[in-house]
Amino acid sequence: MRRLWLKRSLLLSLAAVVTAVACGTSSTPAAGSVNVMATWTGAEQASFFAVMKPFTDQTGITINYEASRDQDALLTTRVAAGNPPDLAAAPSPALLTTFAKAGKVKALNNIVDMTALQSQYSPGWVTLGEPLSDGKLYQVYSWVSLKGLIWYDPKNFTAKGYNVPTSWQSLLDLQQTIKSSGTTPWCIGLESGAASGWPGSDWVKEIVLSQSGPTVYDNWWQGKQKWTSPEIKLAWQTWGQILGSNDSNVYGGAKNMSATNFGDAGTPMFQNPPKCYMHNQASFITSFFQSANASLQAGTDYNFFSLPDITSQYAGAHVVAGDAWSMFNDTPQAEKMLKYLMTADAQAIWVKRGGKISPNNQVPLTDYPDALSKSTAQILVATKIAKYDAGDQMPSDMRNAYWSAVLQFAQNQGNLNSILANLDAVQAKAYTS
Amino acid sequence: MTIAVASPTSSTTARFSPRWLSDRLGGFVLHVVVIGLTVAWMVPTIGLLITSFRLPQDISNSGWWTALSPPFKFTLDNYSQMFAASNLGQSLFNSFMISIPATVIPVTLAAFAAYAFAWMKFPGRDWIFLALVGLLAVPLQLTFIPVTTEFVKLGLTPQHLTAIGLPPFIPLWLAHAGYGLPFSIYLLSNFFRALPSDLFESAEIDGAGTLTVFFRIVLPLSVPAIASLVIFQFLWVWNDLLVALIYVGGVATVAPVTVTLVNLVGSYGQNYQLLTAAAFFSMIVPLVVFLSLQRYFVRGILAGSVKG
Amino acid sequence: MDFSVLLTDLPTLVVVIIGVPLVLAAYIVGGEYLVRRLPDKSRPAVRPWIWVAPALLLVTGFLVAPAIGTVFQSFQDKNGVFIGFQNFAAQLAGFPTGGAWIAIRNNLFWLIFYTLFVLAFGLLLAVLFDRVPYESVVKSLIFMPMAISSVALVVIWKFMYAYQPPGQPQTGTLNFILNTVFHQDPRTWIQDETPLLGLFPLNDLALIGAAVWGIVGFSLVILSAALKGIPGDLLEAARVDGAGEITIFRRVIFPLMMPTVVVVGTTLVIFALKAFDVVYAMTNGNYNTDVLANRMYQLLYNSHDFGGASAVAVILLLTVIPVLIFNLRQFRAVEARR
Repeated sequence: MRRLWLKRSLLLSLAAVVTAVACGTSSTPAAGSVNVMATWTGAEQASFFAVMKPFTDQTGITINYEASRDQDALLTTRVAAGNPPDLAAAPSPALLTTFAKAGKVKALNNIVDMTALQSQYSPGWVTLGEPLSDGKLYQVYSWVSLKGLIWYDPKNFTAKGYNVPTSWQSLLDLQQTIKSSGTTPWCIGLESGAASGWPGSDWVKEIVLSQSGPTVYDNWWQGKQKWTSPEIKLAWQTWGQILGSNDSNVYGGAKNMSATNFGDAGTPMFQNPPKCYMHNQASFITSFFQSANASLQAGTDYNFFSLPDITSQYAGAHVVAGDAWSMFNDTPQAEKMLKYLMTADAQAIWVKRGGKISPNNQVPLTDYPDALSKSTAQILVATKIAKYDAGDQMPSDMRNAYWSAVLQFAQNQGNLNSILANLDAVQAKAYTS
Repeated sequence: MTIAVASPTSSTTARFSPRWLSDRLGGFVLHVVVIGLTVAWMVPTIGLLITSFRLPQDISNSGWWTALSPPFKFTLDNYSQMFAASNLGQSLFNSFMISIPATVIPVTLAAFAAYAFAWMKFPGRDWIFLALVGLLAVPLQLTFIPVTTEFVKLGLTPQHLTAIGLPPFIPLWLAHAGYGLPFSIYLLSNFFRALPSDLFESAEIDGAGTLTVFFRIVLPLSVPAIASLVIFQFLWVWNDLLVALIYVGGVATVAPVTVTLVNLVGSYGQNYQLLTAAAFFSMIVPLVVFLSLQRYFVRGILAGSVKG
Repeated sequence: MDFSVLLTDLPTLVVVIIGVPLVLAAYIVGGEYLVRRLPDKSRPAVRPWIWVAPALLLVTGFLVAPAIGTVFQSFQDKNGVFIGFQNFAAQLAGFPTGGAWIAIRNNLFWLIFYTLFVLAFGLLLAVLFDRVPYESVVKSLIFMPMAISSVALVVIWKFMYAYQPPGQPQTGTLNFILNTVFHQDPRTWIQDETPLLGLFPLNDLALIGAAVWGIVGFSLVILSAALKGIPGDLLEAARVDGAGEITIFRRVIFPLMMPTVVVVGTTLVIFALKAFDVVYAMTNGNYNTDVLANRMYQLLYNSHDFGGASAVAVILLLTVIPVLIFNLRQFRAVEARR
């Protein structure tokens, strides 16, 4: 009796497995596929799919796309296990550079059209993709953003008779004027979950670039210039001037700064009466403004001016950031896709949908959907000194220490010396690979 | 049979006597305390529920309790955006495909093993058991790279498995089983060990084999413990995000519903209010599982089993 | 939403739902069959291994082997060269605020508050709920937070702890209550390190509170199941003897539930030591809220310091040893009474 039961159950399970195999068999499309990993989720994912649609329609290649904000952990694991995606796009090249050093990514010199790249992109973007200084291209950039934009409500400025400051001193004067009239000039929000502190790091790096110039800037993020060096210390102290003693220039002071999410930080600017007048943030912040206050109109209710130059020698300097691509597996499909992504037509699709700027100079300014994004694109094209986000180029532990340092500084500016000494200690270990 | 834990009022106390009053008051106080605690406990969830029906501009500017007084500005926007998410149907299916085997396998294997640990003798039994408990402390993140490296070598990747016609979730089932076994064995051993030994002795006398004892005696008597374990393991797998991303990836065809829902939010955190609606949506299945297994918790089968 | 995919793939799901239990049942039935073919004497020696083999295999592959690898890695540098205790020295340097010491301190707080509170509260609720007719309703309501994913839990508690500057309408539930009921200034719960009772940082307690809310259901369900196992006649007898409720709890209920309390307590201790999600998502360890698991994660995926991450993991594993010893003693005591 038991034997019969045994036989039956064994047969059944065998049947189950066979059926599973039969039902599970999928047909691989003849054109092949590309495994892509990026961080674009939500509406950005929709935009990316819109970009890839002409490509998939034309070539029949399937895009296996996965996105996660835990990209660092995922990519590290996959690469270490020997199962990386074919292409990966990261909002910061630091991790991709680590992989390049370890020999895990392919050189792109013979894969992308280098001539087209050199003519359609400003040289800065190409050099940026050669982080090992060995002439080999490991990263290419498809969409970029501009940092150091000071957002303000033009109506507030008009009401009080304020003028957009064009020099650093006039910014400090404006700051003082606003403060004497009884309102805090700045809105700053540092909270960002696991990345808390990054908005403040943007302030400091923008100041370093504008104040001490590109050479110091580069040495600094490369770990060759100490945090305790006079130039870097000066940058922090300059930010301290913006913050005011005890963060008194910022709405809600230290407490509110550390507790407010960066996305919500600019909202008090639009209150009546406004709680602050200026907010330093990259171009994506507009979607947060709209979300918190659907009636706002771009241009009328919010506009931006560039952070004024600090040292005239380095006038026109801007910090930029972008999405970097690296290739882990050299397949014909991946090559096709990468070539496609570098074309102006592909990049223009997202540009038209709003939210990104293309570094490809073949994308016409008319493609930008509104006056504000057009201005940012113009600034990017015309900028004399464009330097990539320093924090994103530092090794991840250095960058995280940088963010933490921002939080500590905001809580107590008096601790600057010990904060910088601590950063030096991290720097000493972070750059050894 | 429910173990009746009746209120301690004896029916012989006189009405309105001090003892009667304190008993009644005790009962009243009990209800106040129980209901009060439960309501306080529910506040965060209620807050989230109400928030899920509010527009983002209302959420950032005022607390959820303000929505309870006029003007009533409720919206179904968050829910409709969530339902419009691409891939929701597929990922729901994937979640079931992942969660069911990833619950059945560890619970079953744990039952087998717990039975052996509780009622069989073998060399090293106590030390192996202790090691299992110790394994509860192993941080999962450290296992990802070694295990995925082995999986890649063995061809247990979703791409390879789909190519040869097997379900791509096999590595994830095995992973969840491996991670869930220490707790499962620990919990079930505790309950199995508490079963009265006379049961086993009389079964032996009756000539019942190991399998019969297991399926006809141990399992039926341990239903509450097994039900709790099923709930916890299912919950843990259903709500898991990182393990799924590591072993199976986030590609639309294999992504579970946790990945789809968390990806509703933009990479900067835009539209995070969609997570409020997503939270309630993804809560439904685990709650249904819990409620349907609830009835197994009241059977007094464990009577006399918790002798210590 | 496209539900058609559910229909086309449904057969696969059905096959899996039926196939998996069948394969497992076939294994044990087949295994027993093989054992029966052995002579009587060797059966008790071979049989246990058939029953534990699949579980042990899985656990070895997924947990034991990586754990051993981790221990080795903790003694190596980035290139696999043996460097002795250097990783441990680096992690334990700078007592009391350097290296991993803040994380160790915080895990201690988690141990105390998280474990004790969840255990005690779960026990209290189990006992109280047992006496009300609507028990299953309130149990389900307390259990509900467990059904919420950790992502959603963080979202809920970020809303609970939200801060607006004093004088502004509060958007966070706790600050609203603080403001309107207690007439106090709002607090930045997650960032504020003010030590309560001079010792316990507020933000640590806030993070622990969020985690506690999510896990009490676990403790309640298991302890409630154990409580139900206590025979009603024992309790009635005690009451007839005139014992008060508290005495009954101390002398009858609690001792009988002890083994389950040990299981729940042990599990909670280990959860407290492994606390990660809440800390990672809310502060990433900033404002001195770091915990060992978060530190390990940072070392692993940000610094790519595998040796350091392994050292932190080994420290974590070592702290579990007292718990294991306690379990062993309990286990032996139960065996002795059988």
